[in-house]
Amino acid sequence: MSVGVVTITPPRAVSAKQLGLAGIVLGAIAWVITLPPIEVRGMLPSIVLALVAVGFGAASAAAGERKLGSEAIVVALLALAGAAASAKSSAATVESVFTWSALAAATLRYATPLLFGALGGVISESGGVINVGLEGMMLMGCFWGVYGSDLLGWWGWGLLVAMISGGLLALVHGIFSIHLRANQIVSGMGINFLALGITGYFLEYHYGPNGTPLNISTVPNVNLPLIQHVGFFGSAIGDANLMTWVGLALVPALTFFLFRMRWGLRLRSIGEKPRAADSVGLPVLRIRYVAVVASGMLAALGGAYLSVGFVGSFSNDMTNGRGFIALAAMIFGKWRPWGALWACLLFGFGNAMSDRVSSVNPTLGTLFEALPYVLTLVAVAGLVGRSRPPASDGIPYVRE
Amino acid sequence: MSLLEDELEGHPLAGEEESDEPALRSPARLTAFRRGFGGFLVPVLTTLIAFLAGGLIVLATGHNPLSTYTSIFDGTGLNWLFPWVSGADRATAAGNLQQTLIQATPLILVGLAVAFAFRAGMFNIGGQGQYTVGGIVAVWIGSSFAGMPPVLHVTFAIVAAGLAGAGWAGIAGVVKATTGANEVISTIMLNWIAIWLGVYCFQLGGPLQNPKMPSTPVSSNVVPGAKLPVFWGSAALQGLDVGIFISLALAIVFAVLIKRTRFGYEARTVGFNPEAARYGGINVGRTWIRVMLVCGAFAGVAASLDILGWKFSLFTNDIQASQVGFYGIAVALLGRNTAGGTVAAGVLFGALLTGTSDRNINLSIDPTLVQYLTFMLEGIIILLVSTDVITLRLLKGGRRIGVTLKRRPAKETGTSEGGAS
Repeated sequence: MSVGVVTITPPRAVSAKQLGLAGIVLGAIAWVITLPPIEVRGMLPSIVLALVAVGFGAASAAAGERKLGSEAIVVALLALAGAAASAKSSAATVESVFTWSALAAATLRYATPLLFGALGGVISESGGVINVGLEGMMLMGCFWGVYGSDLLGWWGWGLLVAMISGGLLALVHGIFSIHLRANQIVSGMGINFLALGITGYFLEYHYGPNGTPLNISTVPNVNLPLIQHVGFFGSAIGDANLMTWVGLALVPALTFFLFRMRWGLRLRSIGEKPRAADSVGLPVLRIRYVAVVASGMLAALGGAYLSVGFVGSFSNDMTNGRGFIALAAMIFGKWRPWGALWACLLFGFGNAMSDRVSSVNPTLGTLFEALPYVLTLVAVAGLVGRSRPPASDGIPYVRE
Repeated sequence: MSLLEDELEGHPLAGEEESDEPALRSPARLTAFRRGFGGFLVPVLTTLIAFLAGGLIVLATGHNPLSTYTSIFDGTGLNWLFPWVSGADRATAAGNLQQTLIQATPLILVGLAVAFAFRAGMFNIGGQGQYTVGGIVAVWIGSSFAGMPPVLHVTFAIVAAGLAGAGWAGIAGVVKATTGANEVISTIMLNWIAIWLGVYCFQLGGPLQNPKMPSTPVSSNVVPGAKLPVFWGSAALQGLDVGIFISLALAIVFAVLIKRTRFGYEARTVGFNPEAARYGGINVGRTWIRVMLVCGAFAGVAASLDILGWKFSLFTNDIQASQVGFYGIAVALLGRNTAGGTVAAGVLFGALLTGTSDRNINLSIDPTLVQYLTFMLEGIIILLVSTDVITLRLLKGGRRIGVTLKRRPAKETGTSEGGAS
């Protein structure tokens, strides 16, 4: 017997993975210490921390954790840029941008529509139907929500109309991708165009050049009198929109449904191995239809949040690519509700940040608009890596 | 870990994965049909069905579909092809047709950018970002280097824009090849980064903002020497520039690349089945990167032709409002990811855009309605393109076709197709 090459791994106090994670945390700290409430003035501490983080990252990469190590280095460099920005601005500027409670409130505001869309995507794709049409379904909810609220006089009816419209559009997607076995990405893109056309057409048809009426009933905010005056929490969540709470509540609910409840497990089994599910008697196609329609309804709620929940009016192409961001959040979140939530919060935080920065420095604010997308790209490439979709996602099912 | 990775390769976002049953969708039979007369007839039929459905919507909302379509058609300038149109009408038609072809120029190229990725089993949603980056570079080079000889200047700007687009798309390719990150998500992210980068460059106080117009968020103007020559119509009235020929030439390049080169073969093989390609000795990661580079180059050149051909400057609004990447996906899909199909679909979409623009619609119809009607038409077209079943059925007079319908159990048919056939 040949012995071959024996690799000797010396026992380590810390693993390469821990080293890499420590690098990331240290890198982040290098920036955070320049922000309120710590507000270290001057660059030196940040530089030191960032250098240590880079060292950890490099060590981790050398020890085999290439992705994580380079991730740590990137984070450290970004943090250094952030620290430099803080050092260049006055203390007052930094404080006005990083009013954490206001940032948190804005983050939730921006994340809510994305969250509904992403959760819709999770449902549909758990059942094995790719939903690139989230954008269109959101847009439908956006317009028909306003229409319903205007026509029937109450925001609740508006949301109901929005859900029906999104569900109907999703049904079209369902017919094409489930029965007609279409390429689901193509069909989803068709759905997006269709929604853009339908909403624009009927906006013009019903309301003409004046646009939607100004005084429609909108979804109220939830006042939490108990914590309204409790500092950070008071401003952050003391007066959040009802739909934000519904969206947040949906995350554990959907997780429980998908991973603990009978029909959720069945749905996922259909997304993984439809043949096996079929062989035990599950109605594969019917369950897929339900999942797709539910997905459309959720996405439509996200769109309705923009119009009925927030602005109180509709303008053409109002979702402006948010459906695609929701799709990205779903993939980023590894097809899981909690993952989708974190991804949506990241996007929301980026939007909120750029708003705050814009109010101080418009030029810099523009660059900050790109930040969440840069972070996502880095994260998808590094930390997250290959995320695993449901095994039969996108594959039409045909019975034997 | 390797098992997990294997499963990922087959994810349909990464490739057009068919069902695991070989007899279900025999690619050979489908391909044979597409190569034959059906490859031409199905898209045409698809378009006709879409127009029919759109006409019903127009009718249902109390307008006359026939006059609407006539008016769109006249707006496209395609009536110029009719010999009996003469005099002032003919001049108008010529002008409209020039606009149609100007619109078609970038649509064809961005369509090719999407189509090439599709052929290699990737979904390039990043056409918009690649186009934006190409536009930034084109307008920057076009508005600087004032003394350069015109031919050199134009070539420089176009090539640089192509390279910029290629580099931008290449990021997604490299990230996919090295870390396995899904190109759908990375190209979407790159779109937004490109858009905000563009806004940053040309906004008030931005590094490339026009210094002569300090209160307008716009780039400097392209110098006269870097403008593409106009060969039909007057340059002052935005006549047709030679960009359309570059676009068509690149479509030929696309066809040759896909069909006649080793790289094209590798790309198609990877698109068909990355695992098999890897087993066959093809470096899949490298192919992904190269494919994305080519895609990005197409989209980057598209932007440069717009900038040097008729836009001559870039407003931040323009960058944010541009939908060309979105259209490019539709063009590629309708064109079935072939060179010829993409050119035809690009002209069709260019015609729809021109025919429904405000200035071309006669006042008896609300132009906004017509514009959104176009989106609906496009949506229906793409939906129908996504599945061959409906049109194939119509063609064969309702008989079952072996290709896609063969194994369908009786109880599943009828409901969804009854309406269509």
